[in-house]
Amino acid sequence: MNRRRFLQASAAAPALWTGSCTRQQVIPGQIVGASASIGHRLRDLRALPKPSRFLKADVIIAGGGIAGLAAAHQLQKTGVQNFVVLDLESAAGGNSISGRNAVSAYPWGAHYVPLPGRDCHEILAFFEEIGLIQGHDAAGRPIYDELALCHEAHERLFIHGQWESGLQPRTGLKPSEKEEFEAFDAVIQSFQERRAFTLPLDRSSRDPAWLELDRLTMSAWMAQQGWTSIPLRWYVDYCCRDDFGGSIDQVSAWAGIHYFASRSGEAANATRGTVLTWPEGNGYLVNQLVKSLQSRLLPGHVILHMQQEKNTVQTDAMDVSTGEVIRFESRAAVCAMPRFIAQRLIPGLPTFALSYAPWVVTNLTLDELPPSPGVLPAWDSVIYRGPALGYINATHQGLNAVPQATVITHYDVLSDRPPQQARQWMQSQSHADWCQRVFAHLQPAHPDLPDHVQQVDVWLWGHGMIRPDPGFIWGTDRAQMLQQRPPMFFAHSDMSGMSLFEEAYTRGVWVADEVRTWLG
Amino acid sequence: MNARPWLLLLSVFAIATCGLVYELIAGTLASYLLGDSVTQFSTIIGVYLFAMGVGSYLSRFVTGNLVGTFIRVEFLIALLGGCSASILFLIFGWTISFRIPLYSIVFLIGCFVGLEIPLLLRILEGRFAFKDLVSNVFSFDYIGALLASLLFPLVLVPHLGLVRSAFLFGLINAAVGMLALVMLRNEIPRLRSHWVTGLSVAAILIAGFIHGSEITRWGEYAAFPDPVIYADSTPYQRLVLTKKNDELRLYLNSNLQFSSKDEYRYHESLVHPGLSRLPEAKRVLILGGGDGLAAREVLRYPRVESITLVDLDPAMTELFSSNAMLRLQNADALKSPRVKVENADAFAWLAVERDPFDFVIIDFPDPSNFSLGKLYSTTFYQRLLKVMAPKAALVVQSTSPFVARQSFWCVDATLRACGLQTEPYHALVPSFGEWGFILASRQPLSGPAILPEGLRFVNEEVLAQLPRFPPDMSRIETEVNRLNNQALVHYFEEDWAR
Repeated sequence: MNRRRFLQASAAAPALWTGSCTRQQVIPGQIVGASASIGHRLRDLRALPKPSRFLKADVIIAGGGIAGLAAAHQLQKTGVQNFVVLDLESAAGGNSISGRNAVSAYPWGAHYVPLPGRDCHEILAFFEEIGLIQGHDAAGRPIYDELALCHEAHERLFIHGQWESGLQPRTGLKPSEKEEFEAFDAVIQSFQERRAFTLPLDRSSRDPAWLELDRLTMSAWMAQQGWTSIPLRWYVDYCCRDDFGGSIDQVSAWAGIHYFASRSGEAANATRGTVLTWPEGNGYLVNQLVKSLQSRLLPGHVILHMQQEKNTVQTDAMDVSTGEVIRFESRAAVCAMPRFIAQRLIPGLPTFALSYAPWVVTNLTLDELPPSPGVLPAWDSVIYRGPALGYINATHQGLNAVPQATVITHYDVLSDRPPQQARQWMQSQSHADWCQRVFAHLQPAHPDLPDHVQQVDVWLWGHGMIRPDPGFIWGTDRAQMLQQRPPMFFAHSDMSGMSLFEEAYTRGVWVADEVRTWLG
Repeated sequence: MNARPWLLLLSVFAIATCGLVYELIAGTLASYLLGDSVTQFSTIIGVYLFAMGVGSYLSRFVTGNLVGTFIRVEFLIALLGGCSASILFLIFGWTISFRIPLYSIVFLIGCFVGLEIPLLLRILEGRFAFKDLVSNVFSFDYIGALLASLLFPLVLVPHLGLVRSAFLFGLINAAVGMLALVMLRNEIPRLRSHWVTGLSVAAILIAGFIHGSEITRWGEYAAFPDPVIYADSTPYQRLVLTKKNDELRLYLNSNLQFSSKDEYRYHESLVHPGLSRLPEAKRVLILGGGDGLAAREVLRYPRVESITLVDLDPAMTELFSSNAMLRLQNADALKSPRVKVENADAFAWLAVERDPFDFVIIDFPDPSNFSLGKLYSTTFYQRLLKVMAPKAALVVQSTSPFVARQSFWCVDATLRACGLQTEPYHALVPSFGEWGFILASRQPLSGPAILPEGLRFVNEEVLAQLPRFPPDMSRIETEVNRLNNQALVHYFEEDWAR
């Protein structure tokens, strides 16, 4: 078997395991996933295939996640047209990729953006450009497109056998537990007022008093504050796992506080804390970014190698459908891939041991959302002290007047074991195993869920997102990662230590401006 | 034994009467509950007669112990027929496909009744000459039918009601069975067990007869003050029509939609304050209002060339364009050549570009849940404005400014947040109470009101009074209802919880 055939075969393999669940009937669906098998096989290759076609461009953007797409969008706006965006997957979007079936569009990963704060100039400008912000009120607060503002009800928590509204537990709290929540909220509010924690995070205060917090775990910081009650610790832990893929024992206190304190965005027509969301999640934003790229976006192209040669960058990429290897010669390149991949493809790039959280995202197509005691369905439904992170309802933003079939997206971060071990375990699980696992997570709230399930699709994110372990965000590794190496430039949310739309998009815009200057 | 065959012939008479009564009960009940009596009676009679044929055919398989089988059949009919009306009433509220149990019960009763006469003929065989036997049995059968058809409308329905009539005739069937037990005791093995069965059935039926009126109330009927004449569960809602004397009421999901006694007050108030001041209005859009009553009011204006009525539920518009009683209510508005009915979700319908309308009437159910709350949101009104001509106006039924004061003024605030000028007003609709409406347009409506002929409530004097709010209903400050806060649904819950 020659190398090309081998790669072709593995390209076809992002396998569609049509599986079965052991419950009474076979549940249709498949395991999909960020083409890990291609990556793994490339990793294990000794020599690279030779290019058979040679192309030139001003800029090559390697990676079509939010950072790469934002860079492309910004380059276009500043007049650079001769660029190509390459992405391994069959569709661009990275963690914001989405799917669609007969019932609804649905996210496969990132599914919302909080109202951008005042420091998010780049995001605010983008939202205005795509019509999400339709104007401003007298106080200068943006007026958002209300179809995109998360509709009421936003969140609900299954606790003591029923759903209550909001994510902070309220029912059955002891007075001391309530006081801890109040104290926590007060501390967060003081951080918000000082604007010490912002998005993008590199605009945050550099006051050493705050940066110190990056050396602690969130759990240790909470212990210092004397906050030990289970409900508060659960709530904060839930938020950290939800945004960073790590528990309060794993992520830094600076990152944990940042989650709560950085959400300062306001709107003329929504309360603070509202989020922007769409049935397809952040796939909506991807579609807005992809719209104008047309043929300059080349999905299904796996990058084999990137190297600076004199004043150019040579990028070898293989078309996974034909096996053809193309060498692009460009005056500049934006490496918008996750760092752990970039480290393998770019000779001489400093390598760091980074933590990536493995995620499992499951989309369940239901004939209806089964009724369950307590408040009515919300956009986001979370089970108190459940092992997973709950689910969001893709049709929540719909306008239909009647109950209907829906798709719910269930998020499960495997933070309970070392990432490497979790990734191996993930690969050993069958479709039936995943069905059982998601049912077990949801059945406390929805005992009859299996009767309503029509399809279960599972996406395995082996390296789902970078995890802000203590010392990473304000440590030396990240500082080195931020250094640009013209003509090779870097943009990815890994450089922030947080896999957030705001970070990725802003880095894309920044790098495009640097590239523009470099090109002259 | 031979001395009393006439008594057995008398039982032919009794069972014939009972059989027809069950058939009439099923037909009437189906017409009450499902409407369209012609269809209901035809299909019930058809199914019933066909089932009798099946029963007659099956009788050939009864060999030996003829009398025992006959008595068992009698008791079965007694039980099934006697309980039929109450069973159907009770399950009606809990099933979507009511026709399945309905026709199953009718079919079973028909089968058993079809078994009776052939079995009886065979029992009486030898006790009469064949020609006399056939002649007697069929004569009594038909006389029984006549008696039943007279008794049913004249005595049973008015005095006993369907449920108790069924129990009464069940008892008659049981009595026939027991009469046969007495008369033919020598020909029946295991006499005791027959007596036990017969007496238990009779006991059940007597209990049912005594508590008949309570049974009817067990179902969802308790929720409705008047007798239910029609009910249907559609994928969207539950429609229930009740009727008492001349008053017809429609309930959607148990909420009163209109009462024929005073709906003209509601619909005249909904339509005329706006439309009478739009002398150039030619194209009218009605959202909701599948009962056609608002359309009836709009049709009073000869200048209106077209009315587009968008209602979610095809069952609703179908009912109000086919049922004779309801067509009388809406003056056959839904069949007017000027009216175009579209069954669609209003929000989705508005997503498509439409020719502009001059007047829009919004007659949605009250904002009692998030799905309905969306139809009162800024986003909804902004979408609606795109299909409205520059000088067009819209009117929204806006719940009660008295009971749900916050809700009412929240609708007003929401319309104003969309840049519209509003004219809130209210009218007394006795079956609803004080009811509120909000008229809204881009520029204030000017010009005099020119009212059509034939109105019973709205005149110029009333028009002048409608916009006046006494202090207990006057404007209060509220939030604007948006998709992301559903303020109106929260207000509505608060208001009605008081």
